[in-house]
Amino acid sequence: MLDALFNGISIGAVLLIAALGLAIVFGLMGVINMAHGELMMLGAYTTFVVQNVCKQLGGLWFEGYIFLALIFAFILTAAVGLVLERGVIRFLYGRPLETLLATWGVSLILQQFVRSVNWLLVIGIALFCLFFFGGLWLQRRFVRKSWVVTVLFLLSLGIAIASCKFLAQVYKSALTQPWFGAQNVDVTAPSWLRGGIPFGGFQLPFARLFIIGLTIVCVAGIYIFLQRTSWGLRIRAVTQNRSMSACLGIPTQKIDALTFALGSGLAGVAGCAISLLGSVGPNTGQNYIVDTFMVVVVGGVGNLLGTIIAALAIGTLNYLVGSGTLALLLTPIPPLADLFTFFATTSMAKVMVFALIIAFLQVKPAGIFPQKGRTVDA
Amino acid sequence: MTRRFNRRKFILYGTATLGTSFLLKACANNGTSTTAESPSAVSSTAASPVAAATSGDTIKVGILHSLSGTMAISEKSVVDAENLAIEEINNAGGVLGKKIEAVTEDGASNWDTFKEKATKLIDQDKVAVVFGCWTSASRKNVKPVFESKDHMLWYPVQYEGQECSQNIFYTGAAPNQQIEPSVDWLLKNKGKNFFLVGSDYVFPRTANTIIKAQLAASGGKVVGEDYLPLGNNEVTPIITKIKQALPNGGIIYNTLNGDSNVAFFKQLQGAGLGPDKYPTMSVSIAEEEVKAIGKEYLKGHYAAWNYFMSVDTPANKKFVEAFKKKYGPDRVTNDPMEAAYIMVYLWKQAVEKAKTTDIKQVRVAALGQTFDAPEGKVTMETNHHLSKVVRIGQIGDDGQFKIVYSSDKAVAPIPWNQFVKETKGYGCDWSNPSKGGKYKTT
Repeated sequence: MLDALFNGISIGAVLLIAALGLAIVFGLMGVINMAHGELMMLGAYTTFVVQNVCKQLGGLWFEGYIFLALIFAFILTAAVGLVLERGVIRFLYGRPLETLLATWGVSLILQQFVRSVNWLLVIGIALFCLFFFGGLWLQRRFVRKSWVVTVLFLLSLGIAIASCKFLAQVYKSALTQPWFGAQNVDVTAPSWLRGGIPFGGFQLPFARLFIIGLTIVCVAGIYIFLQRTSWGLRIRAVTQNRSMSACLGIPTQKIDALTFALGSGLAGVAGCAISLLGSVGPNTGQNYIVDTFMVVVVGGVGNLLGTIIAALAIGTLNYLVGSGTLALLLTPIPPLADLFTFFATTSMAKVMVFALIIAFLQVKPAGIFPQKGRTVDA
Repeated sequence: MTRRFNRRKFILYGTATLGTSFLLKACANNGTSTTAESPSAVSSTAASPVAAATSGDTIKVGILHSLSGTMAISEKSVVDAENLAIEEINNAGGVLGKKIEAVTEDGASNWDTFKEKATKLIDQDKVAVVFGCWTSASRKNVKPVFESKDHMLWYPVQYEGQECSQNIFYTGAAPNQQIEPSVDWLLKNKGKNFFLVGSDYVFPRTANTIIKAQLAASGGKVVGEDYLPLGNNEVTPIITKIKQALPNGGIIYNTLNGDSNVAFFKQLQGAGLGPDKYPTMSVSIAEEEVKAIGKEYLKGHYAAWNYFMSVDTPANKKFVEAFKKKYGPDRVTNDPMEAAYIMVYLWKQAVEKAKTTDIKQVRVAALGQTFDAPEGKVTMETNHHLSKVVRIGQIGDDGQFKIVYSSDKAVAPIPWNQFVKETKGYGCDWSNPSKGGKYKTT
């Protein structure tokens, strides 16, 4: 029974750490971020890169690379999240459908980006950004004519393409070799994360324990950040009443950007964690996006505690049904036992969990902890 | 926040998006078309010559595999092997005095895409033959295309059998050349309790049906089975079930395909189920996958194939050497790659015997072709399958297989399974029009 509890919690912890960032972005800000899974994927790829670098350094570096990877994954995905918020999402606040479509588009772009990224592409994009945004900045200071933007755009585009073509001719495969390619890559856990400690009749895998620990640290960190710091206070104020907060002098735009970056950074940490369990590919994020939304919705939008409970409940339920433990427990009641035996395969367990969630949402449409008060209508 | 778009802004943003897409496309295209020299670029061999091709002095062949998605991990190397064979043939003068020109299409691990691309290869590119597919799901999906257009597919992967199409040549193992001998070997050496794990699609399910029937006939026992959706990484429930069903150890028969293997073996080790008590026999894990999953997770487990990189034949030495020379010294060869390599040669021999690329005549000429393959001598039988040697290997420290069992001679293929009730007593013989794909032998 302890075994079942541990395994249920460990599945729940994976769900929770994946959903935590979304709980902030979707729960607190109300942004339906379909690119959340792809941010996780970026985190996982960051882990892969850090691992390869540390492998070269060898020794202690390789044993401890996972901590380095966590930090880098957080910073990188937070930065991507920041760009995403500044570049796309801030224009779409209050328009959930457009946000959904736009972030879905971003998720496709990110997937394809990872597949085909090479030095050439990066150089091209960097050149374009440099010329275009640099020019834009100059234009704003000196010229102030709108046609300049078009000229500037075409010009920087031309320069970027031309230099791309030139570099491709000169350096050939050194620059055009994709970094990752469409194939999945694999992260090898450091040796101390590979085994497990024997506990009673079964073994607790270190990788799972690590993920559970990481999840606890993240949840605690988020809690302290939101409840005990002045930025956390501002975030909560803005989510509760945006216009009143603005009136009181809180920089809402900055808060939005910060919150989104925080949620994205957590996605990166989650990506780092899941790379310990399976392989990492451009589609990794898609496997998680449905589960994470499910967790947030069941938990009640805008409530971290609900997210935690929902993640653990769904994880445990999934495990109990999928592993047949429930069927075993119910052996004294034949019809019920038969029912659960039927659902006791991985694919069917998912069906049952979804069905139960649909039933649950019929009873409590706003999740475990529905939001109360005026904010609901806002 | 809603802004009104005026015409100027519309034009501005319009050009912006258009331009960006051009930029991305330009860079991405550069990416693929100039990687021709790099070893891992696969599509390049197809992409560049197509434009310049004059149909007169080349023979077009189609290559149809997943170069992206969950199956790419396995299928990409098969494409490499096919390209190697094509290059070797071209360097030796080509077929019927013409060079072979490969048209590569990406099935993207999506079975419907496979169907589309197969139709495209046949109708638009007018290829003489298609080499392709890995998963049975993709093969089953393109089969009607090849049958309705009376075209020809060569399929290089071991599979579950129960199929014998006139339009497909199977150069991988039939179940009696891989699964059945491995189950026999396990029964003899490792015990009688089996747990079956597989991906949730046609190959693992059919393979497990066969294994169950075989075990029932020979005294073994299936204590449980479970299936993971392709690409799923959450294997904890399965591992618990294995522990419950086999508390004192037993055999895990693994028909997982693609990435799930990575998660499965990583977490199997984490849960403390080692190869000493829980030996795993895999039918989809070869040298390439060992490299990808990590040999530290796989050491001591078993796999059944017809070919291992460690097979000691002169033909294999030549094959491995040529492959490493073309694609880099750290690359490995495996069974499906070898099957893909020899099927290009077998097709070439058939074309040379028929003296034409006409589908019907090549089909007849292919029967009875033999080839001195890296795995040993193979023969194309009248049921469109190859006779092959069966081998079982154990994964060692270096990621190579130590061969622990090898059949004395090539085993003749039996596509219709004789353990399963529905197909018992059926055979397949395309040399005799009155018999065809499924006839009663008794």
